[in-house]
Amino acid sequence: MSSKEWPLWEVFIRGQHGMSHRHVGSLHAVDAEHAIKNARDVYTRRNEGVSIWVVEAADIAASSPSEKGPMYDPARDKVYRHPTFYDIPDDAGKM
Amino acid sequence: MYAQMVKSTGKGLVAREDMSFEDRAFQDRIDAGEKIEPKDYMPDGYRRNLIRQIGQHAHSEIVGQLPEGNWITRAPTLERKANLLAKVQDEAGHGLYLYCAAETLGVSRDEMTEMLLDGRMKYSSIFNYPTLTWADMGAVGWLVDGAAIMNQVPLQRTSYGPYARAMVRICKEESFHQRQGFHIMMAMVNGTADQKRMAQDALNRFWYPALMMFGPSDKDSVHSAQSMAWRIKMNTNDELRQKFVDETVPQAEYLGLTIPDDDLQWNEDTGHYDFTEPDWAEFFEVISGNGPCNVDRLNARQKAWDDGAWVREAMVAHAEKKAARKQAAE
Repeated sequence: MSSKEWPLWEVFIRGQHGMSHRHVGSLHAVDAEHAIKNARDVYTRRNEGVSIWVVEAADIAASSPSEKGPMYDPARDKVYRHPTFYDIPDDAGKM
Repeated sequence: MYAQMVKSTGKGLVAREDMSFEDRAFQDRIDAGEKIEPKDYMPDGYRRNLIRQIGQHAHSEIVGQLPEGNWITRAPTLERKANLLAKVQDEAGHGLYLYCAAETLGVSRDEMTEMLLDGRMKYSSIFNYPTLTWADMGAVGWLVDGAAIMNQVPLQRTSYGPYARAMVRICKEESFHQRQGFHIMMAMVNGTADQKRMAQDALNRFWYPALMMFGPSDKDSVHSAQSMAWRIKMNTNDELRQKFVDETVPQAEYLGLTIPDDDLQWNEDTGHYDFTEPDWAEFFEVISGNGPCNVDRLNARQKAWDDGAWVREAMVAHAEKKAARKQAAE
């Protein structure tokens, strides 16, 4: 292979209905401007979005799968963080 | 299918007692219907098989543009031309989704392209057949995309997360492809006698190559068992081929066209059509490089790769210059 490969970018798109941007996939581009142009062609051919974010894949920091236990297990036994934990009698009215 | 004849591990199904501790835990996750994500543990064979399979699928999308691109400038009306352009543009997008899914496994897109060009990776045998008339655009959309969809719909549930997600997008977009093909066939069979004859001729030429898309018969698919255990293959080749025949025969009848198989017949006992298997000797010839268009297809890809090299390089140089200028101004 002769030259450098174009870096990988992750693409996030806001759908039509005032939702958050969502990850839709990735693509290759030389810079941010190019990545947005490519994202428009590759990921919004059917009106899928009204706004595009792109970020270079190498710049994303991610949690490690091996830390899944220590990271997320502590939340599991804290059922009192959910509204259904608290039993309120019907007589109290709508809440 | 788009990934016919994926060989990489060279072994059959690994028995549970022969698995390492990690591999057993991995298999348990798959059996529980969990998705495997890029940074998760996976056995080498799983990774290698997936790279081959997704890569072959991606190459098929890209090479698959060639037989149809052939007719864009000669589409009979502006509307048909716009339809075909949109379809071919979709194929490019599908190739890109799939390359990105494969890249999460640690292979780069350029490496995969090199492997396609030097013959280490393959693409579906179907794209090595020529598209001789406009009716072939109808037959390709109807039969080839129809067969592709049949394979891809179950793959939305495949165990590898990025592959499954790419498949969801692809399936959503692809149903228009088959319908536009059938639409062309409907126009042809309702046209002049010559047009109807062209439609029949296209069906005659594409029927058996379409059946070959599902890959060799189950009894000759040595790698299926492991792939199915890993849920990177969801149905056997013969199951999908039967399903395709069962769905396509009534569509051909609707068009008033004849499937080129004298032994095709509804079997009351099995609830399926009996049909003639494609010529597997021809299939193995085509897949190993000796089909009618293999050389043309690879030459076209090689030319695009070579002719585009200066553009890829210039884009990088320009981006670097722009970034340097911006930094200097700050």
